Amino acid sequence: MDALIGAQLFNGLSVASINLMAALGLALVFGLMRVINMAHGEFLMLGGYLAFLSTSLLGPAAGVLVSLLVASVGAAVAGAIVHLLVVRHLLARPLDTLLATWGLALILQQLARDLFGPIGVEVALPAWLSGTAGESLAADGDGLALPASRLFILAAAAAVLGVLHLALRHTRLGLAIRAVSQDRMMAAALGIDVRRVELAVFALGAGLAGLGGVLLALLGPVTPTVGQAYVVPAFLVVILGGIGSLGGTAAAALLLGLVSALAQVVVDVAIAQLVMLLFVILFLQLRPEGLVVTRSRALDA
Amino acid sequence: MRFVAEGSARGPKAWRRLAAGLAALAALALAGCGERTAKDAAGATGPDDGATVAVGVLHSLSGTMAISEIAVRDATLLAIDEINAAGGVLGRKIRPVVEDGASDPAIFAQKAAKLIEQDQVRTVFGGWTSASRKAMLPVFERTGNLLWYPVQFEGNECSRNIMYSGAQPNQQILPALAWAREQGHRRFFLVGSDYVFPRTANLILRRHIEAAGLEVVGEAYVPLGGTDFSGVVSRIRASGADIVFNTVNGDSNVALFKQLSGAGLPPTKLPVMSFSIAEQEAQAMGPAVAAGSYAAWNYFQSLDTPENAAFIKAYRARHGEKATLSDPMAHGYLNVWAWKAAVEAAGSFEPDVVRKAAVGIESISSPLGTVRFAANQSLVQPAHVGRLRQDGQFEILWSSPGPIMPEPFDPLAFPGQSCNPG
Repeated sequence: MDALIGAQLFNGLSVASINLMAALGLALVFGLMRVINMAHGEFLMLGGYLAFLSTSLLGPAAGVLVSLLVASVGAAVAGAIVHLLVVRHLLARPLDTLLATWGLALILQQLARDLFGPIGVEVALPAWLSGTAGESLAADGDGLALPASRLFILAAAAAVLGVLHLALRHTRLGLAIRAVSQDRMMAAALGIDVRRVELAVFALGAGLAGLGGVLLALLGPVTPTVGQAYVVPAFLVVILGGIGSLGGTAAAALLLGLVSALAQVVVDVAIAQLVMLLFVILFLQLRPEGLVVTRSRALDA
Repeated sequence: MRFVAEGSARGPKAWRRLAAGLAALAALALAGCGERTAKDAAGATGPDDGATVAVGVLHSLSGTMAISEIAVRDATLLAIDEINAAGGVLGRKIRPVVEDGASDPAIFAQKAAKLIEQDQVRTVFGGWTSASRKAMLPVFERTGNLLWYPVQFEGNECSRNIMYSGAQPNQQILPALAWAREQGHRRFFLVGSDYVFPRTANLILRRHIEAAGLEVVGEAYVPLGGTDFSGVVSRIRASGADIVFNTVNGDSNVALFKQLSGAGLPPTKLPVMSFSIAEQEAQAMGPAVAAGSYAAWNYFQSLDTPENAAFIKAYRARHGEKATLSDPMAHGYLNVWAWKAAVEAAGSFEPDVVRKAAVGIESISSPLGTVRFAANQSLVQPAHVGRLRQDGQFEILWSSPGPIMPEPFDPLAFPGQSCNPG
């Protein structure tokens, strides 16, 4: 039982890092534009399929590393296109962005179904990602097995979080993003090109999702609807974390990952999801603004 | 107040619109009737014109099940064309009416009724998921028509209006258990997708494992399409299982196998026996992910018989040299031949006469080998255990000594029930 709990603590971290990768982009976009991007999951899917194409073309060893770049850039470009063609024109109408991005999600899913078929594809892993770290640990059934792929995802998520934090704190774009998040009109008055910042953030959010898609593909199949499975927990993470706070998003991802993983020690996956939802509902009853409360003019308005 | 005034002001206009709409609707209905009677007139000469006989082919051609079911439709149509080329049935050509069940049980029921009542088909070949079969069953019982069902299933059902050619649990799951026991496996972990087939299959497995004095060390379910097996894998590790019996459906298997391998338990170290991975699924997912795992079916493409070689050759001539064949396709194919044999034995297309004749036929030659239908309208057929190779084909490790009699109701899990369609 102790081994099981230990394993589940690790799995909780792992699930948290995946949810975080899915939630970061969503949180950025929502924090800045108040746009709920229903097609966010489809950028994950796009990243997954780009990883599948990269590994099919280049082989697993080089493919996985190349796909990290290809998927994030590819998804970012797709995100920029979506922003320019659809989202930008609907910014003043939140309900319409909701519907338009949902429609877009359906279109992208069908496109993937037509291109790759409805059955999920597998991204082949290089040897260094498919084993466990420390075979001696994994040798007997009681020991703790740390899959290399999960360790890699954990490290990647931590790195992305760190880089994003530094970028928001210490770059001009980061400064502009924070300024627009806090007070759009004042930022515009001070000469910040709000539209360009929005474009950059939407592309950045999509790119992060694309990167997340590659990480998902290390654990499971890439299917046309893979994004749907991850976008709901991602929404939960964003809501639980409190809007407009990276730290809150990270903490919420961790909290939800651990709740659902530890619930699985005693119940099935389906029930564990139920437990997680109940937890979020109860938590929001007690703290409606989420884990971290951010004061912002945009929110006050 | 203002609202009411506005409404009444709009009144006459609205009425006019409504009247226009009704008129249009009536016109449409009339046109529809015209079309319908024209079709019926054609239909009247259709099924019984002495030249052709209409049969329904009802599979999902769209939606999530399409990838699996389109192949079964193709195998069914292959058999129909072969029979037509050889002169048809009772001197008539078979005229297939193909419909799309759209991966939706309600649409399956609706299309089954359409095929029987409008197209007046004499029998229907189709269905895949148990949900689609359960939805169609009342339609076939009400109309007295006959469905030929090609997929392995959980048993526990017995209708005189269905010919069950897919494996009953004792023709797939239990032979696999017997084989695993022979191999010295003692501690079983049962994992499945959360729906009727895995739940029922695992109930039957559990009863038989416990009756044999072996141990079920864990049982876990993941929602259909779920990809998070982290908890399941931890439980498998902690349970000390020496084999996993897997009824996970579809591409969730990619996640299961990947996460098992990631936790240091590839199929070479911890054997996995799957009941929902055939050649088609392995090919679509990428066979490498589950290579080395076991599967139990009544048919493998790698079966080395002249009948199977002919089947593969004929199918590939139409669908390309790389086309993959699998168990449900072979069943879909043999169902048409079995229907032909039964019609000829009965000398009639009448469904009720055909089904009675079908169970009296001594032997039907098929890609599976020689099979026949038992009195309970399920197929008497052999079972095999295979190991998935890197190329997506199965190496056959074990075959049942002979054909196995089908048992729709497992005596341990559902005692006291029997199936006598009469």
